[in-house]
Amino acid sequence: MTRYTSATDSDRREMLAAIGVEGTAELFEQIPERLRLGRPLAIPDGMGEAEVFERLAALAGRNRHAESEVCFIGAGMYDHYVPAIVDAITQRSEFLTPYTPYQPEISQGGLQVMFEFQTAMSELTGLPVSNAGLYEGPSSVASAGYLAMGATGRQRVVSRGVHPHSRETLATYSAGFGAEVEEVGLDGGLTDAAALVRAVNGETAAVFLQSPNFLGAVEDVEALGEAAREHGALLVVAVDPMTLGVLRPPGEMGADIALGEGQPLGNRLDFGGPSFGFFCAKEEHLRRMPGRIAGETEDVDGRRGFVLALQTREQHIRREKATHNICTAQALNALAGMVHLAWLGREGFRELGELLVQRTAYARERLAGVQGVSLLHEAPVAREFALELDAPVDAVLDMCADRGIAAGYPLGREYPEHENGLLVAITERRTKEQIDRLAEALEEAIFQSGSVGATAGAAP
Amino acid sequence: MSVAETSMQRDRAQTIYEKSKPGRRAAALPEAGVPARPLSELIPERLLRTEPPRLPEIAEPEIVRHYNRLSRRNFDLDTGFYPLGSCTMKHNPRLNERVAALPGHARLHPAQEPVRAQGALELMYLLQESLAEICGLPHVSLQPSAGSHGELAGLLLTRAYHADRGEDRHLVLTPDTAHGTNPASVTMAGYEVVKVATNERGGVEMDDLREKVSEDVACLMLTNPNTLGLFDENIEEIASLIHEAGGTLYYDGANLNAVMGQSRPGDTGFDIVHLNLHKSFSQPHGGGGPGAGPIAVSERIEPYLPRPQVVRRDGSNGSGPLYELDHDRPKSIGRLRGFQGNFGVFVRSYAYILSLGGDGLAEASETAVLNANYLKQRLAEGRAGEHLPVAFDRHCMHEFVLSGAPMKKRLGIKTLDLAKRLLDFGFHPPTVYFPLLVDEALMIEPTETETKETLDFFAEVVEQILAEAEEEPEIARGAPYSTPVRRLDEVRATRQPVVRQPL
Repeated sequence: MTRYTSATDSDRREMLAAIGVEGTAELFEQIPERLRLGRPLAIPDGMGEAEVFERLAALAGRNRHAESEVCFIGAGMYDHYVPAIVDAITQRSEFLTPYTPYQPEISQGGLQVMFEFQTAMSELTGLPVSNAGLYEGPSSVASAGYLAMGATGRQRVVSRGVHPHSRETLATYSAGFGAEVEEVGLDGGLTDAAALVRAVNGETAAVFLQSPNFLGAVEDVEALGEAAREHGALLVVAVDPMTLGVLRPPGEMGADIALGEGQPLGNRLDFGGPSFGFFCAKEEHLRRMPGRIAGETEDVDGRRGFVLALQTREQHIRREKATHNICTAQALNALAGMVHLAWLGREGFRELGELLVQRTAYARERLAGVQGVSLLHEAPVAREFALELDAPVDAVLDMCADRGIAAGYPLGREYPEHENGLLVAITERRTKEQIDRLAEALEEAIFQSGSVGATAGAAP
Repeated sequence: MSVAETSMQRDRAQTIYEKSKPGRRAAALPEAGVPARPLSELIPERLLRTEPPRLPEIAEPEIVRHYNRLSRRNFDLDTGFYPLGSCTMKHNPRLNERVAALPGHARLHPAQEPVRAQGALELMYLLQESLAEICGLPHVSLQPSAGSHGELAGLLLTRAYHADRGEDRHLVLTPDTAHGTNPASVTMAGYEVVKVATNERGGVEMDDLREKVSEDVACLMLTNPNTLGLFDENIEEIASLIHEAGGTLYYDGANLNAVMGQSRPGDTGFDIVHLNLHKSFSQPHGGGGPGAGPIAVSERIEPYLPRPQVVRRDGSNGSGPLYELDHDRPKSIGRLRGFQGNFGVFVRSYAYILSLGGDGLAEASETAVLNANYLKQRLAEGRAGEHLPVAFDRHCMHEFVLSGAPMKKRLGIKTLDLAKRLLDFGFHPPTVYFPLLVDEALMIEPTETETKETLDFFAEVVEQILAEAEEEPEIARGAPYSTPVRRLDEVRATRQPVVRQPL
């Protein structure tokens, strides 16, 4: 179906005549004949706009989502409230439809947003420089592993508390650039400090931590980072930006690089993307950073302006010697993050962080009080916590889903040692009343499905 | 040329931090609604922040005004012609935004149990099937987040493929016309780049290729049509040379907009293809993301595809099919990112494919090629034909490359000056100084969604700028004049980088 094009039959005739060909087939003759498809694609004919809408609305209707159920799932992406101005601003043509700002004179809006975003991320993490955004969280972790190629050692040491997707992505990338990844286990929900000290040595290029870690526990990054400092390895810390109104920033705790998943800031869940990754570092790493970086400068008349700075790091200039291959900044998603942060503001950002901590503390205590539920660890938490269920977690999740609640993330998928572990996430959308409903649903589901011990064979 | 300062230029840039005043705020947050406890009772003091980050303090009306005013300092595709070569700046249908924003998509958690996300997984599966058909390859992974991420994926797949066969190959061939991301991705994947020359017809120089093909070659990465907008006439021979030497053949799909429904890389012998959903499949570019870079692969590469893979299982006892995330892929290269990829982009691109259909996709490519050849012809006339000759004089596909070298020599204005002068006429300039082998290159891609009138007007403006430059070249050399800021000092931004607002 002809869509989104304007060429009429008479336009075509005039254009073909100007080119000096009989038909467009002549233009395609440069494709060797055997390689021309010569048949229609086996894709149904085009549909009208209303039909396409209905078709996709029907597919969307087959998903259980955070508007049709109460969502306590986190595990790296969170059901935060996205303020209305985020939609209004990000849907403006001027932000939605341009390309990367290669022509700075007509891209000042986008470039200034990048500069403001970099400032915000630098403030959040307590590190002096930030890029304008990367794809998302886990691949940002892997990119830090690549940046560490500048260091001498080949080994990367990663805590088991780092998001499993980040650990796996780091391993995928490392197989390419030839680094080894060694994992350090957890003890009581936190990175095993003694094991970390044993794992780090002169061959270690970088140590990777996450705080709060995947089990929700707030790590003592400063103490753990000592092992990295001692051997001159980079300390890379993944953080949840929404906790940084309350938690001490990684830059104050010795991190060389702080990065993470930006989705909680202004981005919807979208079944996992698009969102943005952020990447902040100490000044000395600026020229090895991946991604776009906006910088302030002046025009020929002395007006303040912004450009893509340090482009000599990038692939379109440096080709095989570039610091990275990435050339997307997830600019629109980073804009959403910036607008959300501006909306929250200095006070609101801290208040939101405190609200998460307070509600999380309540939820943790409330749920741990449920028969058949215990805490998986007792380490301090900020917005997510891990439970151990005395019942098969998948059955419990199904029963909670029947009551309109997505109870959390089953840990057994990624942590077989916690077969019936459940990770529960809190946002400002999850009210006390919803937390109480979750407690009741869990209690009933565990009761109905019977304890793990009982299903293993004891008398009914 | 001296011109009066425009009102936009008088409005000097001020960041949101400079508009901040203590005590102002926008956010209205809910009460915690639970018994409040001192923070230090919940989290040890030394792990708590002492000073909040210095985010701006500003009320909602001023936030809206700030970003709306900033938006007016951007040029965008919805406002004007954007013939940026190799970027495929085609119309971004608003229907796609609407369907992506449906709560069933936008508020679907990525860790939702697959049985409760069947609509999303089915959509991904259907998109995979469509892209497989368009590429002529049997398997698709939607996971890569952008074109360069797809390239990295393809090279890691190549590495896994060779390693599985016990082969150690370390070279990757790329033509000298390749996009800059290709060599950068090669390095990241631990390979070494070997450049292959271009012949006088704008294709791969076959003698050079024959010389460089060896058992050390892991892969050849090719864009076809290439960045000159030309379909390589020797592509079949290229494919057999690489396959005979045991390498994989990688197709950079940045230029797929030329060949949808016309020719399929899989039928040519390519093993791995990446597609830019933000180019051919209408995802808005967003000022530099988001996009998505799915990969389509041949049977021999399939075992190594990233985890997880969306699969369809036939239902039992007459129930419908079930869509699942398959993690059990022992030979997989592993994950390239979190969760399942940029799903919101998949929704938009699938809506686009449904809208156009197989016939509409073929017609889109046909019209893109018609528009490019027409504009190339218009620019072969008059002063443009004289000062801006086409680099390779043959029919092009969806884009073409002109050389500004004669213009620079005769009129004393560079390609950059022409590009900057175009800004004063309300156009986004073409891609400039790429590909590298063309001196003073201008790479022009009009796409199928532009009218003949727009193309004519663009050609007329180029003519006018060249006429102006014959008389007063300093006008172009000083351009632009009407933009929110004029030429910026980019050297300073690199030598003395200021990358955040001092607070």
